[in-house]
Amino acid sequence: MDAVVGKFGIGQPVRRVEDQRFITGKGRFVDDVTLPQQAYGVLVMSPHGHATIKSINTKAALAAEGVLCILTAKDLADEKIGMLIPAMPEDFGAPKGYRASRPLLAADRARCVGDRIAFVVAETEELARSAAELVEVDYAPLPAVVTVEQAVAKDAQKIYDDNPGNIAFIMAMGNKEKTDEVFAKAKHVVKLKINNNRVSANSIETRAANADYAAESDSFTLYTTSQNPHGTRSQIAGQVFKIPETRLRVISPDVGGGFGMKGSVYPEDALVMVASRRISRPVKWTSTRAEALLGDAHGRDQVVTGELAFDDSGKILGIRAHSMHAVGSHVTAAAFAISMFSVKLLSGVYDIPAGFIFAQAVLTNTSPMAPYRGAGRPEATYLVERLIERAAVILKMDPIALRMKNFVPKSKMPYTNTSGIVYDSGDFAHVTQECLKLADYDGFKKRRAESKKNGKLRGWGLAYFVEEAAIFNDRMDLRFDPSGQVTILAGTHSHGQGHATVYAQMVSEWLGVPFENIRFIQGDTNEVPMGRGTYGSRSMMVGGNALKNAADQIVEKAKPMAARMLEAAAGDLEFKDGKFKVVGTDKAIELTNVAKAFYAPMFLPKDVGVGLESAGTFAAEPPCYPNGCHTCEIEIDTQTGVIALVRYTAVDDVGKVMNHLLAEGQVHGGIAQGMGQALMEHIVYDNSGQLLSGSFMDYAMPRAEDIPDLGGEFAEVPSTTNPLGVKGCGEAGATGAPPAIMAALLDALKPYGIEEFDMPATPQRVWAALNKASVKAA
Amino acid sequence: MKPAAFAYAKAHSIEHAVELLGKHDGEARLLAGGQSLIASLNMRLASPPMLVDINDIAGLDRIDMTDGHVLIGAMARHADVERSSIIAKHAPLISRAMPHIAHAAIRNRGTIGGSLAYADPAAELPACMVALGAKLEIAGLQGRRVVAAEDFFKGMFETALGPNDMLVAVHVPAATAQTRVGFEELARRHGDYAIVGLAAAAQVAGAKLSDVRLVYFSVGDAPVRARGAESAIAAGDIDGAAAALSKDLLPTADLESSAEVKLHLAGVLLRRVVRQLQEARA
Repeated sequence: MDAVVGKFGIGQPVRRVEDQRFITGKGRFVDDVTLPQQAYGVLVMSPHGHATIKSINTKAALAAEGVLCILTAKDLADEKIGMLIPAMPEDFGAPKGYRASRPLLAADRARCVGDRIAFVVAETEELARSAAELVEVDYAPLPAVVTVEQAVAKDAQKIYDDNPGNIAFIMAMGNKEKTDEVFAKAKHVVKLKINNNRVSANSIETRAANADYAAESDSFTLYTTSQNPHGTRSQIAGQVFKIPETRLRVISPDVGGGFGMKGSVYPEDALVMVASRRISRPVKWTSTRAEALLGDAHGRDQVVTGELAFDDSGKILGIRAHSMHAVGSHVTAAAFAISMFSVKLLSGVYDIPAGFIFAQAVLTNTSPMAPYRGAGRPEATYLVERLIERAAVILKMDPIALRMKNFVPKSKMPYTNTSGIVYDSGDFAHVTQECLKLADYDGFKKRRAESKKNGKLRGWGLAYFVEEAAIFNDRMDLRFDPSGQVTILAGTHSHGQGHATVYAQMVSEWLGVPFENIRFIQGDTNEVPMGRGTYGSRSMMVGGNALKNAADQIVEKAKPMAARMLEAAAGDLEFKDGKFKVVGTDKAIELTNVAKAFYAPMFLPKDVGVGLESAGTFAAEPPCYPNGCHTCEIEIDTQTGVIALVRYTAVDDVGKVMNHLLAEGQVHGGIAQGMGQALMEHIVYDNSGQLLSGSFMDYAMPRAEDIPDLGGEFAEVPSTTNPLGVKGCGEAGATGAPPAIMAALLDALKPYGIEEFDMPATPQRVWAALNKASVKAA
Repeated sequence: MKPAAFAYAKAHSIEHAVELLGKHDGEARLLAGGQSLIASLNMRLASPPMLVDINDIAGLDRIDMTDGHVLIGAMARHADVERSSIIAKHAPLISRAMPHIAHAAIRNRGTIGGSLAYADPAAELPACMVALGAKLEIAGLQGRRVVAAEDFFKGMFETALGPNDMLVAVHVPAATAQTRVGFEELARRHGDYAIVGLAAAAQVAGAKLSDVRLVYFSVGDAPVRARGAESAIAAGDIDGAAAALSKDLLPTADLESSAEVKLHLAGVLLRRVVRQLQEARA
């Protein structure tokens, strides 16, 4: 037993048990589910960024071959179908905003390119597509407001007629008076306006939904690509159909990447249900890649002006900022989280006496926003880290020394930041030192000289981030079966993270049951009693600790049974390595055998129910604060502007690590996404709201060869907010990489006098900046 | 499946394929590797009534040496051309260009004939064929004919192929001991459509280059020979060649790059490629 625990125990780099299935094409994703009598739906999307819908004529489409039904807003109104209603800051005590709920189909106004207008259902997908081309929509285009600055401009076009100014909601945190006072007296004030570019998650699996209505029970089964099946059930049952949740089963089987984009309900999830009920056949919808770029929720898109106040010695006295976050055409369920995390983490890892941020969430004629890997945390980090880099230039200080001087010292933990958030733990100075060592910072000058010899500019960049990970409570169940094997029923949802592996490792170690016999179930509201899914780096802290709680309960429940079987007093038993032992004797019994006894068909002790199972709970109250130091080096070919990321080293404090391989994978994937945002990825609309980056020929994602070998390690500073000492690791890379890469870029461009640069730093823009600077110099 | 409905026929010979094309008034399309055609069908940018599949025509994928020429059959997959020792030895420019053509998965399916017949102005192979002075063999209802690469590419997605024609093979003059080639491409990421690219060939005589052919791609509707620069290079005047590009090329802006940027990058590539031409043959 010891050997088993050793190999598969906590912390071991166990390879994902899911991989065999995924790599050999045996995964079961939503689009793999095809039901008897399957029908197929296709969306008619608005080709206009903003337009009045004068009429919709479905006559020709309805007459087309194979068409089974066509839904428009009028049909939905007739069936009293509700809208998707977002949570708003006002629900948590903030000032009232404009709750721009999303109808499943637009009735009289299209508010973004890709807005859903009609849903065409036919015998096959091809026939549905052909018929969708025959739906005649008469649009009267309206002026569009595409950027947040256009949307808040005086007399801007209104996206909702009863909401002049186009603000969805506002948020503020910190102490304005105190902060303004500090700034008035400060020796130096450093100010920056930056644009955090709009990006798209582009999960490898595009979204899909398949609904099957059962008339005999007036109930639905919905297969959907969701990060949060129980939440999807609540929202669709409660808001859209207004039915008890017992009448809706949501299944999210294998899901191929989410990144927050699959965290909330989309119109299609409910449209397939309406259509299935109407035609009494299952209806499937699968997004094409083009539809995904048009119709998926996007991320980031923030314009922010920030300032740091310093005294003479380089000590930060205050921080203040005004941010505007685009929310797009409608407010999605968790859109408020983006603004919330960006205001909470304003002051980053720095010990700043005063701070204030005012944030506006702004409606625009673009695809709606959802949390995207980090959701506001990367935006907050990007602002404060860019400000620090700028300050180092203005104050003529070394940026690392400037950070060291201002880090929250370990001795001040727990530390309350300017927004009132309490960081429980962290050793920022130490982690930075470790990272500098691993990155061979001392060798940078030599490497820069080498690059120069080859005609290239080399730059060094560092960023330090802290984020708030984990939210809400959750539940994890453990259930033994009559053969003594155990199943994990997870309230969290793995869509690439590898939960089936890491949770089994943990249970194997805690309960001493063989790793390979542990079954893992997730993503089905009929199987999993309750759950809240996975987002916000919550699974290990909330799910992991709930699982520990469940395992502890199993031991407690099993102990009296073991005592009876060993003919000993429960108080004399200890549980170790999967066995109950009578202390001081060699009498012992394995938990798996005790579990079997719970399934005896007769003669169970009167105080014992049939079966051994437990429901563990844990709440992220308070959450945890993963943090880390990311450094990188880039090389620029001055003749072409081509940028290469040549070195990258990260030391992440993600608390106690449960599986190094999976945790590293999380960091690596996050860095790739952060690198994508910094150097390539950009969703671009023209002034009429047309999407210009509508395919992978125009929207560039990083590829393996664009990423250097990633160096680094974990600094395991245990979190004090949970028994396992874990911190979330999912969002670290996407948060640390953009400011680190942009710091390196600005460092490389320093000889040219280039002081500011917005993401993405494409070769074309870098070359243009270099050219302009050289021309100026000449 | 995403395309609109279409009919499908499998051709068993070149003549059969041409005959099938003729039956559909030029509306039918040939299906080779499908790497561009299927995407445009899926996006419903094209909806031909019939696809004529030429994948099973025997011998259409051969790569051979004949009479001082390298013959590459229209159905030769990029991946096979990339790995061919005949190509490496006798048409090294094509070998150099191959890794820039999209990605391994696309090269496994995509064909040389498909790429040439499609005539994407950002594609590598049309420029290579012009640089090498290749001849393209075409089968039509009236029989076979041969067209020089320079006359074959007419414009954006436009070639000398008529609606009932099929590109059968390409004949590339084999490299000699005096042949020098160069290839450079700038793309947003490796494998993406080129921002600017340059395929070049020349003959070396002592320290001088002659018969210099500099063919740019992704700077116009079709491969563009930079004739002013070619003469300057033959005269050993690299700066003059770079200056000549502003007359040789008339690039148009795209979403990412202005015309000025493209012209500048063309100059950068020119110097890099000329350096390759001057290197001794390995």
